[in-house]
Amino acid sequence: MSLKASSREIGGVTVIDLDGRITLGDGSALLRDLIHENLDHGRKKLLLNLAGVSYLDSTGLGELVSGYRYAKSQGGELKLLNLSKKVSDLLQITKLYAVFDIHNDETQAVMSF
Amino acid sequence: MSSKPQRVEVVLETLLDSIALAEEVGVRLAEAAGFGEDDQYKIGLAVHEGVMNAFQYGNEQKREKKIHVIFELAHDKMVIHVTDQGTGFRLEDVPDPCKDENMLVDSGRGVLLMKAFMDEFSVLAGQGGGAEVIMAKRYRAPAGSPAM
Repeated sequence: MSLKASSREIGGVTVIDLDGRITLGDGSALLRDLIHENLDHGRKKLLLNLAGVSYLDSTGLGELVSGYRYAKSQGGELKLLNLSKKVSDLLQITKLYAVFDIHNDETQAVMSF
Repeated sequence: MSSKPQRVEVVLETLLDSIALAEEVGVRLAEAAGFGEDDQYKIGLAVHEGVMNAFQYGNEQKREKKIHVIFELAHDKMVIHVTDQGTGFRLEDVPDPCKDENMLVDSGRGVLLMKAFMDEFSVLAGQGGGAEVIMAKRYRAPAGSPAM
């Protein structure tokens, strides 16, 4: 299942809802484009809602890290919301859990910016 | 195990689609071998990472090069070999992505995931000079059976 994405604005925060797989190829490229496009248009507070992400590979993890780094470099922030157990486990194994600000509640996540 | 396939060999072109294809074969064979859903996912992701490594780094996305994947159902474990036609690599040369100085790099996590999800993992020099990734997952003892 390829990656699908849609965006919405809540209190100055851009919530990007992702659905599908983030793997080498279309999924990782779409994620990179979305993050860059938002930041380049001045939307500096990005919240990636991963509730619908069923599968992530090391390229997808790398893309999250790249997006995090790019957000920082643009004076923005990129946070994660609603990780599935599989995605959460991957972030634990790679120790990226300590890098990202991760939330399970959308309202609290928006307030945290 | 006697009615199950003992050895399946797949030769893939160096294409993006080959990654998902190998993963699918790995998951199907893991299911046939009796692994539960969680282990099927882990074996599938390990195959995905092994073939993706061959696609990107070993064969450098050159379609004419082949990726050989062998699945063996041994009596106690499922063994997977992924061999590329690149120049090979040494595990000790792969930076640890969990070190502070590497935490924010984009790549290097594939080996870590394969090691984490499989019970055995090694990299050898393939016969053609490329890398041969060998990984294995042991079958789980049924609940309530005595420890081996």
